[in-house]
Amino acid sequence: MEGAVLHRLMVVDDSNVIRRRIERAQDLAVQFVGAARNGREALEMHAALKPTLITMDLTMPEMDGTECVAKLIERDPELLILVVSALADKLTAIEALERGARGFLCKPFTDRQLNDALQMLINTKEARS
Amino acid sequence: MSTEAEVGVFLDSVLNYFTTTVQQPAVCGTPFLAIDKVPELSDFTGAIQISGKYQGFVAFTAPKSMLCVMLMRMQETDMCHENLCDLVGEIANTFSGNARRDFGHQFNISVPSVSVGRKSTLELPAGARPIVIPITWRNYSSSLVVYLH
Repeated sequence: MEGAVLHRLMVVDDSNVIRRRIERAQDLAVQFVGAARNGREALEMHAALKPTLITMDLTMPEMDGTECVAKLIERDPELLILVVSALADKLTAIEALERGARGFLCKPFTDRQLNDALQMLINTKEARS
Repeated sequence: MSTEAEVGVFLDSVLNYFTTTVQQPAVCGTPFLAIDKVPELSDFTGAIQISGKYQGFVAFTAPKSMLCVMLMRMQETDMCHENLCDLVGEIANTFSGNARRDFGHQFNISVPSVSVGRKSTLELPAGARPIVIPITWRNYSSSLVVYLH
């Protein structure tokens, strides 16, 4: 696809099982660039890996996802962040979106749900540009 | 929220988890109150501390063999000890996180803590009566233990 941006995907989750699952399950035309175990690590890796698409857990040690989303968006307002969390209440989703996340996927999720959610973020961005 | 309603919240979460994540439904047995004895734990136990409007914990305990099969169903090939601990903690995290849909935003959950071995125990205040929800998946027996006050 001429002119299409190849997104660079980073996964942020304190669970290794979930990090690996997201890496395996995503079947989109994106480049997987790395995985971080918490918000602090994600900020460090963001500078080096320059991801354009991120899946972000919320409940994590050291720095939680809500704080990390805000810091990442401050650095790069164009970043596409999909929050992937078990926290299922509406207020949590709204808070994450207010901080700059573009989507919210509740755990547990199927591979299809993950891919659909990521694709929706990419499509929305492409439609805007 | 009544005890019955509380149990219903977690039953829904358990059934949804197994159907979604490992594509095979689990069956929940009749929940019961663990009176005068500490609930028995299995090989791996993941516990989430609850704070805010509610205090207590949500713990999921399962045998190693069950967790290995669950990892396989998730296409995970590495059955190392770390991944088994990780999975049992993630399941407890998912059950308690999902409960916020009904318990509300003030149902604060910690990151998971994991204990290994059937001799490990859950720390309970004197007189506490946690709810035990037996869960059968394939031929494996596990439990969800919920203590909220």
